[in-house]
Amino acid sequence: MATDIALERQDVLLEAKDYKSGVKPVWCPGCGDFGVLSATYKALTALQLKPHEVVVVSGIGCSSRIPYFMRTYGIHGVHGRPLPIATGVKMANPSLTVFAMGGDGDLMSIGAGHMPHAAARNVDITVIMMDNQTYGLTKAQTSPTSATGHISKSTPFGAIARPFKPVVLALAYGATFVARGYSARANELSELIVQGVQHHGFSFIHVQSPCTEFHNTYDYYDKVAEEMPPEHDTSDLAAALHLALTEERVHLGVFYRDESKEPFEQRSREFVPDASEFSLEEYLRRFA
Amino acid sequence: MPKNDIIIRIGGEGGEGVISAGDMFTSGAARTGFHVFTFRTYPAEIKGGHAWYQIRVSDKPVLSIGDGVDVLIAFDGEAYERHIGEVHEHGVVIYDPDRVNVGESNGRIRYPVPLQRIAREKLDFQRGKNVLTLGIMAGLFGLDPASLEDLVRGRLKRRAELLSKNLDALHYGYEYTREIRKEDGYYLGTSDNVSRLVMSGNDAIVAGALHAGCRFYAGYPITPASEILETMARELPTLGGIFLQAEDEMASLASCLGASFTGTKAMTATSGPGFSLMTELMGLASMAEIPVVIVDAQRAGPSTGMPTKLEQGDLYQALYGGHGDFPRVIVAPGSVEDCFYEIVHAFNLAERYQMPVILLSDQSLSHRTETLQMPDLSRLTVVDRERPRSGDLESYSRFRVTESGVSPMALPGVDVEGAYVAPGLEHDESGHPDLEPSIHELMTQKRFRKLTTIQSELGPVPRYGSEKPKVGIIGWGATEGAIREAVERALAAGYEVAALHPRVLNPLPEKELGAFIDSVEQVIVPEVNYQGQMAHHLAATFGFRPIPLNKYGGLPFAPGEIFRKIEEVLDHGH
Repeated sequence: MATDIALERQDVLLEAKDYKSGVKPVWCPGCGDFGVLSATYKALTALQLKPHEVVVVSGIGCSSRIPYFMRTYGIHGVHGRPLPIATGVKMANPSLTVFAMGGDGDLMSIGAGHMPHAAARNVDITVIMMDNQTYGLTKAQTSPTSATGHISKSTPFGAIARPFKPVVLALAYGATFVARGYSARANELSELIVQGVQHHGFSFIHVQSPCTEFHNTYDYYDKVAEEMPPEHDTSDLAAALHLALTEERVHLGVFYRDESKEPFEQRSREFVPDASEFSLEEYLRRFA
Repeated sequence: MPKNDIIIRIGGEGGEGVISAGDMFTSGAARTGFHVFTFRTYPAEIKGGHAWYQIRVSDKPVLSIGDGVDVLIAFDGEAYERHIGEVHEHGVVIYDPDRVNVGESNGRIRYPVPLQRIAREKLDFQRGKNVLTLGIMAGLFGLDPASLEDLVRGRLKRRAELLSKNLDALHYGYEYTREIRKEDGYYLGTSDNVSRLVMSGNDAIVAGALHAGCRFYAGYPITPASEILETMARELPTLGGIFLQAEDEMASLASCLGASFTGTKAMTATSGPGFSLMTELMGLASMAEIPVVIVDAQRAGPSTGMPTKLEQGDLYQALYGGHGDFPRVIVAPGSVEDCFYEIVHAFNLAERYQMPVILLSDQSLSHRTETLQMPDLSRLTVVDRERPRSGDLESYSRFRVTESGVSPMALPGVDVEGAYVAPGLEHDESGHPDLEPSIHELMTQKRFRKLTTIQSELGPVPRYGSEKPKVGIIGWGATEGAIREAVERALAAGYEVAALHPRVLNPLPEKELGAFIDSVEQVIVPEVNYQGQMAHHLAATFGFRPIPLNKYGGLPFAPGEIFRKIEEVLDHGH
């Protein structure tokens, strides 16, 4: 479907290489983030987005290096702030396709306070959270998504807190598109990214993206990951929440989708439909 | 001869009309050609607590709150007790005898007016006390009642049912003064009849920002900057601009940077606590060379401090806040009118040099109102950031090292070949991460070179006062008016003194400041803070010992306080 739209728009087809910056990723061999990057290239190709009309905003951490590997515009910002930065980009220029990408630290810890607001506003951005349940760049401390009992350099006796459930949170915050992918299944993930971009509103894609160096979970996710139950109704928020709260397996696919809500940047432009030029003299008259 | 430079202070319980009576008197005076300077403080609480409003009105320009009080209007006992000590010996006290027990007059002229009783019994309009007071003020000190009537009509355009009651209260007050035997010498007399604007610093900042092309505002409510946010919320959508109430100050600045990255001029406004939260992102703006304007309306004290009082306590934070070595520009307006020109200047600097520009205002500037002339449009150029020309894009490097330090900025959605990553990491000219020592030195120099370029392009800093001064005064921010009046007074008393008031505090206009410092024996630096932050900044830059003059209770300088310091230094050398 995505490709059909693209064909109408332009004559020359863009290929994956057109989205690659040529900068070699700094990730460790086998890092899940390679899968996310290739799924993103694939999604952009499927969507035939012009690279200069795409902005990839990231936070800080291994996964947040991703903008440097893409030939789009990007902002490699401050730890925790990809969501508000992306919000500013999208609000100022709604014709851009905006991604906010970061890790479990950016989106669930230092920047967790931005998630409910970005979701509740329903800004039309696509959030890709690369979750490895550890802090990789600072070399193996516990993260908010680490399992209870997780032994790491910062929790040598085991983590006490229960892990965050990113999908549950996104649903509770009012995200209008919530999905989960797995970096080792890049084709399926690229499909989710395509759908996330096509969704008009705030899209949250939780990606299990293992860290081979400090917390290798490939075997685990290979075993427990499974497709969304075929009977799951993606328009049913209660069902999506129930599934995300009770799942023992790790379900991949779309949990929830609501196309009825208008994106924030669109809505906020509708209050005053006929914008006028600023006239200083006229403006100052009210102070006379 | 009547005294026509009058300082009137109205005090009472918050919510009983202190502020509105003061506001209306101010507008009425401004419309009929008088110059007005107001100052107000109110409790941090919403209801109740003591509120006061001070108006200084004259037929000549007024630059500061002035010294002491000529006329006190006390609605209640607390107002009387609090302020009576500041009323001049032959000053006037208008008070409500049902609520105020006055003691000895000590030479002051007293007019008892049972404001509460009149409002309740004669007018059957308890909330009309403000307009009643206005009528009394107009009658006693010579303001045209017809212009006040227009004002009341204008204010109640949409509330016809209240109009006649308000007009009755106004007339009652005005007529009432005929029964008072006027014993004081305060009377406004004639003016030039030029209708002037009445604006607060926050008003002027919004007007200037919109004129400068600001079309994105993100902020979080905070006293005393909230009026900027509220006005932007109302105005920006009418101009096709974007307003965002962010979830916190980090999100405010972050989304401004996102918007500016796309080419939209962006600004946020906050006060000290919010500014503290913004410092990390300010570093990103400097590192990734993203233009942005941050208004810090300083308030008193650290932590929550005194939100409704003033202090010039954030200069250190503006100069040095944030980790790592990075350039930022600081501008500080000296008056309400200056807020207008300096916010335009701030946008121009941010755009031209692609970096964070901080405008340091303070609570007194935010909330005080002043009369000002229609701005001189010829003084207002609006600058936009440098963008790549088509040739630049063939092998585009976003952070190309240049002599000025400024590199053309490509925009997403516009420049097809311009794609780059705005990096928080140290980077090479293309923007790719590069942590080599030589690169960090090269790029740090490039970024700081912009300050040198700004310094070479700064306009003149006019000095005023004596030609051959012994003592110089260097001020910054909202203390300007008090310093100016103190210098005038000192010159009249035969003291050799001159003053300089730079608007740009970083980079400092070193040549002019240096010459000024060299031309005097001693330099006094008055500022509303304990530490003497500007004095240290000057000492560090120029290697000398200024004489600090610090006030830090939360109120602005009166000219007399600065005048006395000039006397002290010239008469006793310290």
